[in-house]
Formats: sequence, structure tokens, C-alpha cells
Amino acid sequence: MTEVIRRYGPVLTGLILLAVALWLALLVVLPQIMMVDFSFRPSLPPSKLGGPEDVYTIKNYATLWTNQIHLAIFIKTIWASALVTAVTLAVCYPVAFYLAQVAPKRRLPLLMLMLIVPFWINELLRTFSWYIILAFNGLLNSLLVGLGIFDEPQRMLGGDVGVIVGMVYVYILFMVFPLYNAIESLDRNQIEAARDLGAGWLRIHWRVVLPHAKPGIAVGCIMTFMLAAGSYAVPALLGGPQSRWFTEVIYNWFFEGGNWNQGAAYAFILLVLCIGVILTAMKLFRVGLTDIAK
Amino acid sequence: MTADRLRRLLTGSYLVIFFAYLFLPLLVMSAATFNSSRFPTITPWMGFTLGWFSALWADQRMWSALGTSLIVGAGVILVSVPLGLAAALLLDRLHSRAKTFLYALAVSPLLTPGVIVGISTLVFWREWFGVTGGLFLTIVAQSSFIAAYAMLLFSARLQRFDLTLEEAALDLGATHGQVFRRITLPYLTPSILSASLLAFLQSFENYNTTLFVRGLETTLTVYIASKVRTGLTPAVNALSLILIALTVLGAVAYEILRRREARQAAGAAGAEG
Repeated sequence: MTEVIRRYGPVLTGLILLAVALWLALLVVLPQIMMVDFSFRPSLPPSKLGGPEDVYTIKNYATLWTNQIHLAIFIKTIWASALVTAVTLAVCYPVAFYLAQVAPKRRLPLLMLMLIVPFWINELLRTFSWYIILAFNGLLNSLLVGLGIFDEPQRMLGGDVGVIVGMVYVYILFMVFPLYNAIESLDRNQIEAARDLGAGWLRIHWRVVLPHAKPGIAVGCIMTFMLAAGSYAVPALLGGPQSRWFTEVIYNWFFEGGNWNQGAAYAFILLVLCIGVILTAMKLFRVGLTDIAK
Repeated sequence: MTADRLRRLLTGSYLVIFFAYLFLPLLVMSAATFNSSRFPTITPWMGFTLGWFSALWADQRMWSALGTSLIVGAGVILVSVPLGLAAALLLDRLHSRAKTFLYALAVSPLLTPGVIVGISTLVFWREWFGVTGGLFLTIVAQSSFIAAYAMLLFSARLQRFDLTLEEAALDLGATHGQVFRRITLPYLTPSILSASLLAFLQSFENYNTTLFVRGLETTLTVYIASKVRTGLTPAVNALSLILIALTVLGAVAYEILRRREARQAAGAAGAEG
């Protein structure tokens, strides 16, 4: 602390500390604490607030157990997000490896730019582009009917498949960059050495490249899973009443059910799920927080 | 054909398919703007039209949503950039435990799903201050995590900062205020610009967080989503096409600037060594 004052002087240090305290307290920590506190209270009309019924309860959490539909949606959100994560990892690994180790240096700037540009495009618009493709009279149906694979157009929007396909597309770039960064730091001589010693390409990837890419895999998986599990735009656009996502259930508690306490409890469950995934991945792949937020 | 050539062919085809997968949906969506079909699609092709641009132009709700997005974006820049700058300045001078703790706290909103950022902000401000959803809460909720992006940008640049410049100025009798205004701030100017740009773009495209704190306000992304669900016409594609074109221009410009700065930094490091 003395070093901070020595460098910035008392006035500036005061301002800096004030700004950081305001940010972290008012915008980050207190809202989270308030949300958790709120989730353990019953939903009461204003007249009963502070009355004998206003006590801490786990009723809002028990709802998820007793409501079979919500529980099924919650479990689906978990496995579908895991599936999205696994598919994006499988699709991105070869691309990341090629860009990081194989691609000629002079072609790299253009290839990277081709990855960065779609990354900047609004998530909602990327989702919308799949709406156009998957629509009943959209491109994919016309194509499949034209090729004689389908006899007539099929409904592809409004189901889980459409949502998962859309999520893979929308979140794929959050996997490609961490993977690329990790594989890029691998010394190419290690691959050459393994090859000279007689390892096949499968063995090289399994024993040399993959272990080296672990931090990148961890970061990519954490980001993709969190974005998929917390996504509202993709299920809202590509899904339907039959394919509701857990975030949509939360939204309904707030703006249709009018039970904020219940919604806060569900939101906290979602947060705990994401924290659990983050901690598991960090432990499994042995990476720290500084590796993640880059 | 040797195994090596086969493998190269496979890799090549995989990459072509991958990039086609990235770009084709966006091209299809854009192309549907010019189809005079009432539903946005490219099959069947009913003839070329520019009519959906005029339909978009005439849509009052689109203009008011755009206005809201611009106001929120400006607000987010004004809040998140100074907060991110302050945090980066503080972290740059801290060590060990305190630094790790503050850093973890500051980046935690980036690892929190956007809907939860929105929900916690909504609950907190209603319970403590009686503030309900609207422009103010949208700016506050978005800034809570966008400030972290700004902080990361500033921290990266501060790592390359030559501390002796400040030391020298202080030794020569400059006040702390003067050092900050004349040395630190000018050094950070490029980062202030890029942080502002990033903050605006993040705010402009935000949907998940905004949805919970917007109250009765409609930002452009909320407008697009509601149009897709009720009342979809190729006018939405026209808007998407315009936004994508602007984004591509912005992304390319940002990349060129970033690469130029990286080259300069590398050049400077080479000259020192």
C-alpha cells in the first residue's frame, strides 16, 4: 500500500481506491450477496416484509427438486452444455493445431483475421443466421429435399437439436483461441523428436501435443460451458416451448411468475453449477485463474 | 499418393470446410436481405430487391432502439473505462496476496453468466435503493463486467511501462498530479481509446444481461430478438447486414492498429536489447 501512495500521491491514491471500492462493492460483491440472501427468503407481499413469516428458508431451493419439469430442464441444460463443449473441442482441435504448428507463417495473419472477424460479430446475429438456415422453408430444408434425402421439409427450429447446433456455432470461437494460444507455445522440435523416435501421429498428439495444450483446453472448456449453460439468446431464438433452457425458467420466475426470490434461488443454482465446473476444470488441468482471464 | 500428401489434403479440406462453416451462415443471412420474399430465406429466390432497407429505414421502433443502445454504450464507456483504469493502476503497484485476491474479484464477473450479472444487479438496486430496471441499471449492470475487460487492457499496457520515467519526473520536483497528467495518462491514451471501443462494442451487443435490467427500455439487440420471434421480415436481415458490415470494418481496423502497436513494442524491445 505504501508503494501505491509513494507512486500516485495521497489524492490520486484516494481516488483510485474509491473507484475500485465502488466498482467491486456496489457492482460486483454486494449484488451477488444480496441475490443469495434474497434466494433464502420467502416471496411475501410488502405488508408482510419484516413480519413473523419473513425468515430464512430453503423452500426456494426445494422447488427445483419437487418440480419435475424444472429439474428435467436443469439436467438437460447441464448435459447439453457439456455436449456443446465436447463438440466444439473436437471441431476446434485440428484447426488450432494447424494454425499453431503447421500453417506457413506468411499465411497466418490472414487466417487469424478470418477467425477474429466472426468472433466480433454479435452473438445474437450469429444465432439469427442459423434461424434462417434451419427455418421450415430455409436453406437446409430446401437442400435436403432437393437432394431427395427428405421427402418434405422437417421442423428443425423449436427443438433441442436446433439449440445445440446453434450453440456450437455461436461459441466455437471461445474454444479456438485458447487452444491456439496453448498449442502455439509448444516447441516444434518436440514433435520432430517424437517423430524421429518412431511415434505415429496419433501417439504424438496423445503424448506430446495434448498434454501441452491442457491449460488451453481447460480455458476453452470453461468459457464454452459457461456461455452455453448461461445462454439466453440461443434457446430464445432457436428453441421453443418444448426445448426450454434453464435460463428461460429463471427469466419466467422474474417476469412472468413474479416470484423474484424463487428466480434468485434458481440463478444461484446456475452460478454454483458454473463455479463447480470452473473449479473442476482448474483442478483437472492444473491451471490458475490468471491463465483463464487473458 | 503418399501418406503425407493424403494427410495434407485431408487437413486442407478440413480447414476449407471449417471456414465455410464460419462464414456461410452469415452470407446466407445477408443474401436473404435482397430476396423479395416476405420471409427471410434464399430459397426460393423471388427476385432482387433493395426494398427491405427502406422498410428498415421507415421503422420508428428501430431508430428509438438504436438511440437507446447509443446512450447505454456512451454511459458504459463513461463508467467502465475509469473504473478499469483505476483497478489496473492499483493492481500494477500491489504485490502477492492482495493482488491475487483483488484480481480474482475483479475478473469474477467475466466468469459469471451474463444473466446472473443482470439478476443480481436488479435485486440489489431494488432492495437497497428502490431503483428499478431502466437505462441506469442497464449501464450499471453492463459496466460491472465490462470494467474488467478495460482493466485487462490497461494492465497489459502498464506491464510495458517504463517506471523510471515517473521516478525521474518525481525526482525533478513534479507533483503526483503532474506526473499522472503528463506522463502516465499520455502513455495510456492508446489503451483508453481501445478500451472505449471495446466497452462500446460489448455494450452494444449485450443481450443476456440487458434483458433482466432493461425495465421498459428496448436496446437494439432486444429489438432484433423480439422481431425474430414476432414479426420477422427481411428488414431484420437488412439491419443484421449493416451491423455485420460495420463490425467487420471495426474489427479489421482494430486488428491493424493492434498489430502495428505489437510491432512497435517488439521493435522497441529489440532496440533496447
